[in-house]
Amino acid sequence: MVTKNIEEYKGVFVFAQQVDNEISGIAYELLGKGKELAEKLSTEVTAVLIGYQVKGLADKLAEYGADKVILVDDPELEVYRTEPYAHALASVINQYKPEIVLVGATAIGRDLGPTVSARVATGLTADCTVLEIGDFPMEPKPGIEQKHNQLLMTRPAFGGNTIATIACPDNRPQMATVRPGVMQKIAPVAGAKAVVEEYNPGFTPNGRYVTIKEVVKAVSDTVDIMDAKVLVSGGRGVGSPENFKILEELAEVMGGTVSCSRAVVDSGWKPKDLQVGQTGKTVRPQIYFAIGISGAIQHVAGMEESDLIVAINKDESAPIFDVADYGIVGDLNKIVPALTAALKAEKEAKKNN
Amino acid sequence: MKIVVCIKQVPDTTGGVKFNPDGTLDRGAMLAIMNPDDKAGLEAALRLKEQYDAEVTVLTMGLPKAKDVLCEAIAMGADKGILVTDRVLGGADTWATSTTVAGALRNIDYDLIITGRQAIDGDTAQVGPQIAEHLGIPVISYAQDIKIDGDKVIVQRQYDDRYHVLEAKMPCLITALSELNEPRYMTPGGIFDACDTEITTWGRADLKDVDDSNLGAAGSPTKIAKASDKVRKGAGEKVVPDSPEDAVSYIVGKFKEKHII
Amino acid sequence: MDFTLSKKHEMARQLFKDFAENEVKPLAQEVDEEERFPRETVEKMAKYGFMGIPVPKEYGGQGCDILTYVMCVEELSKVCGTTGVIVSAHTSLCIDPILTYGTEEQKQKYIPDLASGRKIGAFGLTEPGAGTDAQGQQTKAVLDGDEWVINGSKCFITNGKEADVYIVIAVTGIIEKKGRKLKEISAFIVEKGTPGFTFGTKEKKMGIRGSSTYELIFTDCRIPKGNLLGQQGKGFNIAMHTLDGGRIGIAAQALGIAEGALERTIAYTQERKQFGKSISGFQNTQFQLADMATKVEAAKMLVYKAALKKDEYRSNSKISYSVEAAQAKLYAAEVAMEVTTKAVQLHGGYGYIREYDVERMMRDAKITEIYEGTSEVQRMVISANLLK
Repeated sequence: MVTKNIEEYKGVFVFAQQVDNEISGIAYELLGKGKELAEKLSTEVTAVLIGYQVKGLADKLAEYGADKVILVDDPELEVYRTEPYAHALASVINQYKPEIVLVGATAIGRDLGPTVSARVATGLTADCTVLEIGDFPMEPKPGIEQKHNQLLMTRPAFGGNTIATIACPDNRPQMATVRPGVMQKIAPVAGAKAVVEEYNPGFTPNGRYVTIKEVVKAVSDTVDIMDAKVLVSGGRGVGSPENFKILEELAEVMGGTVSCSRAVVDSGWKPKDLQVGQTGKTVRPQIYFAIGISGAIQHVAGMEESDLIVAINKDESAPIFDVADYGIVGDLNKIVPALTAALKAEKEAKKNN
Repeated sequence: MKIVVCIKQVPDTTGGVKFNPDGTLDRGAMLAIMNPDDKAGLEAALRLKEQYDAEVTVLTMGLPKAKDVLCEAIAMGADKGILVTDRVLGGADTWATSTTVAGALRNIDYDLIITGRQAIDGDTAQVGPQIAEHLGIPVISYAQDIKIDGDKVIVQRQYDDRYHVLEAKMPCLITALSELNEPRYMTPGGIFDACDTEITTWGRADLKDVDDSNLGAAGSPTKIAKASDKVRKGAGEKVVPDSPEDAVSYIVGKFKEKHII
Repeated sequence: MDFTLSKKHEMARQLFKDFAENEVKPLAQEVDEEERFPRETVEKMAKYGFMGIPVPKEYGGQGCDILTYVMCVEELSKVCGTTGVIVSAHTSLCIDPILTYGTEEQKQKYIPDLASGRKIGAFGLTEPGAGTDAQGQQTKAVLDGDEWVINGSKCFITNGKEADVYIVIAVTGIIEKKGRKLKEISAFIVEKGTPGFTFGTKEKKMGIRGSSTYELIFTDCRIPKGNLLGQQGKGFNIAMHTLDGGRIGIAAQALGIAEGALERTIAYTQERKQFGKSISGFQNTQFQLADMATKVEAAKMLVYKAALKKDEYRSNSKISYSVEAAQAKLYAAEVAMEVTTKAVQLHGGYGYIREYDVERMMRDAKITEIYEGTSEVQRMVISANLLK
């Protein structure tokens, strides 16, 4: 590795992802976490805002905890592309030398993060779910210097079967991508202001710039499943795209929304943005219905933090029952409509009381 | 056209994971398979081979037994296999792994490098983009469709709620999603030929423009502080009701207990 | 002696297993229930070369050995007996005799299409009055100028209406041998669509119900003179030798059915609870499973041995594998019947209903004791060799 004077590196930086000039939720989550880490290290949290004509978003970042905003604004940065964005973030890191850089583990961040970490020659820990400040090694070991104030990054691996805590003790910055939906954002402070510093490293298109020929947005009027309080999730066992109707009806009466397993997306029954699991979204609703979902480990990894899990499956040995609070072995085609009717009746009764 | 597909041998976690009696993961009991995203990348390469008469080389870094996935790839239709294996490469994180793979790739000609988005054991999705960074070539991650147009590649790049159609000049690196396609099976004859095909084996000495300080466990900036097999949330109740009505009254009862309704 | 499979064979087995699980198993129940030939599966198998596994590459085959072919039939039959016999009849009963006895011209003409699965093969020997006793043949072929004219019928023909190329055995004259008048029997290649070649009724069967079993009817069916397979008068030898090979395929089918039933029974007995514990916890279950597994393993050894013997024959035609084939089929078929019956018993009431695979497997197993030589015929073949 390149030898760096790691003492020079100070401060917690957060990549403030924006899409279509709108801050992504993950940026606020990272600020929330970043603020907490910065307090422990007696330093500040800085948001790195990259885009074109995005200056107006800086106040919003301040409201969610940013002490400072570094703005890289350039026409080349209008739509996300690996190269100009990686150049922007890597230049900021080389210029400002932060000790911690957090990036969301989104479809953008998991492309940007590895490229930038390789460019600034440091380590990167992927898809973290817990970030803490602590010692490395965690327990003192004879003959090894125990370093303090290290970023300890905890992440699941093996499809969620194992967890590992990773440190980057001898290099800076310490970089992590962080799973969306896991960190808590702070309650926004209205009117909060941050120091905004503009920085432009210069952008000269080269062979590594790709051309965007088309941007195709999926037409979706559904709520983001990560924000739903109740999710009614269907798997291959639902049988057909049409049969999701009975799930939608249950979702409606519960005030929730429909999500699904990967098998359903692979079959083309539902769009990708409704997918829960390792390669989909991590959700933690108050109630999660797993209907006709066998519960492959990759699915469970995305929903096991839900407050209450209700599983309905005809296969008694389905692994989903291992994580369900209430497991019902039976025919979803009969149980789900009956449950919807019963819940509707309860609701009516309450209203009339 | 020359395509290199980087593949990894991983334990199969899809059919459920095996645990030792003490609750730790029983890695030995799980089948070693070709990583699913990598397999989709290979399938994409084989389709390009059929369409554009490309030559497909598969490359893996791992223990000597990782040769098995190269054989599988050749049995599916790849032309050549390269195994990068050396004791000094062990314990590598994504930085050291991508440095190693890039060092191997510098020895060969390529127009296109395809990797899987992520491996089901590490789940990092970092090695592909990092290889591109070391080689100084463009990267397009999360490919859901790949086409060739002269010396350019046109890729549908997936995001959460949209996709971009991107065009890049080759050479370039693409990371493939397993949703990209349905990988083909091997053929029996392909298996017989593959087992007779010589696999090129490279060690540390064969890596080009790579510094020792970037290899293996010692060259990995990230270090494991603690690893543990996750203690899974225990199962709750499981009931087998006699009728849908019984099922419903069970759930409604529980919801009332929890003050949900 | 080496009981370890080579890496090639291990990989091939994994391939067949994956294919069977993903492509064949999901259709098995439906194919049985609807008595439907799984055409889509055959097309997929064709794509991956399963229809020409032991065929040399020069004829468009996979260039693999008999053991690989046997493992293919075995793995397919583990999940669907119908699919197993489609491959077996096609490969052993149609491709094999053309490869063994055909002229170069015939091989060039028929094998590439068959090995690639573009065409399906079948074999017609059995007649209403000539099953085990092949000398009872009534179907006649008479040479008329440059054509053979075939008249008669064949019954219980596997791949019946679905095939494109048929090996047909017919009487071509009477010869005197040691003062006895014997029928001179010859083999022919007949293509579907030849005028005068039609199909009778479809048989409704107890098992392997997706397999297309038909009567073949020949009424002044004229085929080119060049479609005589092997020498005139050698048809009986060709048929018997073909059946030797076919028996290895059926033995593999029986083995697969037995293994499939055993696997499901192991899983079921661990899930099913009675008297507060899994039924696998009862010693009766444990001992039954032990016996089943042991017999399955013994059957596997015999089947693989026969396959290896046939492989040896392919490089040295002086070697005979007919006893090994007969022993493998006799034993594997009886084990299949016994194991599937026990599997149904261990499943209890659930074993008797169609929702559970073992019900179908028990029905599928029975035919393996009957076709391509009944168990009694196998005993005749084996004992004749002992007492010669």
